[in-house]
Amino acid sequence: MRQQDQVLIANGQGFWGDSILGPVRLVREGPLDYLTLDYLAEVTMSILQKQRARDPKAGYATDFVRMIARTLPDLVAKQIKVVANAGGVNPLACKDAVLEVMARAGVRGMKVAVVEGDDIFGRLDELAAAGEPLRNMDTGAPLSSVRERVSSANVYLGAFPIAEALALGAQIVITGRGTDPGLVLGPMIHEFGWKPGDYDLLAAGTIAGHIVECGVQCTGGNYTDWRSVPDLAMAGYPIIEMRPNGEFAITKHAGTGGMVTLRSVLHQLVYEMGDPHRYIGPDNCADFDSITLSDKGGDRVEVRGAKGSAPTDTYKVSISYQDGWKSLGQLTVSGPDALEKARLCADIVWKRLAFDGCTFDEDEKLVEFVGANVCHAGLPVPHANEPSEVVLRLGVKGRDKAKIERFTYELVPLVTSGPPGVTGFAGGRPQVQEIVAFWPALLRKDKIRTRVQVFTS
Amino acid sequence: MVKVQLARIADARSGDKGEASNIGVMARSPQAYAYLKSALTPGLVQAAMAGINRGEVKRYEGDGLRVLNFLLGDSLGGGGSASLRTDAQGKTHGLALLRMELDVPQNVLDATPDVSGSAQ
Repeated sequence: MRQQDQVLIANGQGFWGDSILGPVRLVREGPLDYLTLDYLAEVTMSILQKQRARDPKAGYATDFVRMIARTLPDLVAKQIKVVANAGGVNPLACKDAVLEVMARAGVRGMKVAVVEGDDIFGRLDELAAAGEPLRNMDTGAPLSSVRERVSSANVYLGAFPIAEALALGAQIVITGRGTDPGLVLGPMIHEFGWKPGDYDLLAAGTIAGHIVECGVQCTGGNYTDWRSVPDLAMAGYPIIEMRPNGEFAITKHAGTGGMVTLRSVLHQLVYEMGDPHRYIGPDNCADFDSITLSDKGGDRVEVRGAKGSAPTDTYKVSISYQDGWKSLGQLTVSGPDALEKARLCADIVWKRLAFDGCTFDEDEKLVEFVGANVCHAGLPVPHANEPSEVVLRLGVKGRDKAKIERFTYELVPLVTSGPPGVTGFAGGRPQVQEIVAFWPALLRKDKIRTRVQVFTS
Repeated sequence: MVKVQLARIADARSGDKGEASNIGVMARSPQAYAYLKSALTPGLVQAAMAGINRGEVKRYEGDGLRVLNFLLGDSLGGGGSASLRTDAQGKTHGLALLRMELDVPQNVLDATPDVSGSAQ
């Protein structure tokens, strides 16, 4: 257990696709105890499950392995610990790839832990037989109604297995699905010896985790008053300075761009929020509105007063399933009369498809005139109806794949058989894509057994 | 009363929650929060966002943080990969709501710093 009065935990990756400069600069540009990285979104799990079905060594976030290769010298020299949900649906394969990177770099004796137990894709029939219907939380329907189309199923694990891995001496912890705040809460539990019943402390860690989980979104990214953000290009990623009593500060490394202010932190607190008084996680329920924020200046915001309560007896489950097909294509229509011509183009496409017996319900098709107030439809927006050019965006979706394919053939012909000034077709015909839908469900916690294993490079 | 955009007295950020989007509206002064808590009703937000959202609008209040959180029940065209919309994640919904026009008392405006230049 840690004796020093605070632990520094940074999040260097807000999602799979975030800049590699986040972790690279965090390990280089200032003090740090833990680096956390979030790679998983709901749609990611389905993609990874398919990759694994094709190749038993795939199914994890390959970006993580590249990130480790690039930061390894700093991780070794500064003894920075790493916690990442990069394991996806194949954390053991991810671990193998990381160990291989270490072997190539000549790094020996580093411990890599793997947390498993979240992936219930292979257990769905067993769980159904045991009387777990995995009902859709929104519709109430049992999972059996879409069972044959399910492509992934994972529970959101909590932070205690991560703490367990750290207690076993791991410097790198690879998990599958867990909550995003759990990545930072695990190190806090480990460092300070927080217990499952310490609901206020767990709430503090959860709120801290929520603030940093989207990286630069709390240090000036995606910020309303964007002109006031200094050096957004070089914005620092957020760092939590957590203390044993649950009081913490949000800050960033000196010399980095962006900013940490009361407003920048507040922007992230409300992101993807539901009831601010009841943020339900696997380890606790946190009351976001219980905290007091104080801006200390110099890119430091202090947070205290977090209140929490007991969690529920269920895990949230994220299940993905195949739910039809879609296709989206676009063309650029120049002026004069750009909007009027784009409307004609859309009408032409639907008319030609209908001539060939291919029609879509209103709910199955989309027409957007990008540049003519698509994003803020219905709000007072100046000059929305007189764009000098628009991007015509057409889409369809449905269960009948043949109809979706037929649609993809009618967009590009507009270049020669529509009104003048239609261009931007370099991508050729649009692709047909699978729709992956989500099935939120709950599963009793006693149905899940987590497993932590440690390997040494 | 002065007709201004919501951006004059509040910040906002939005994102997705399944088939719904959420918009966190952050009042920039205690006076602005008190005014918005009474004036910015779910019904008003529903009407302002009718071009984007087809579902029910639900409001949560965070008095301590001075934030109002709106859930727009059906605003993403199905959500996730089922959506055909450009903004399938509701990233722009916060800025949309900030364009909404409200009649705000002068004393609320006087008490609330005008930093909305970049949002308008």
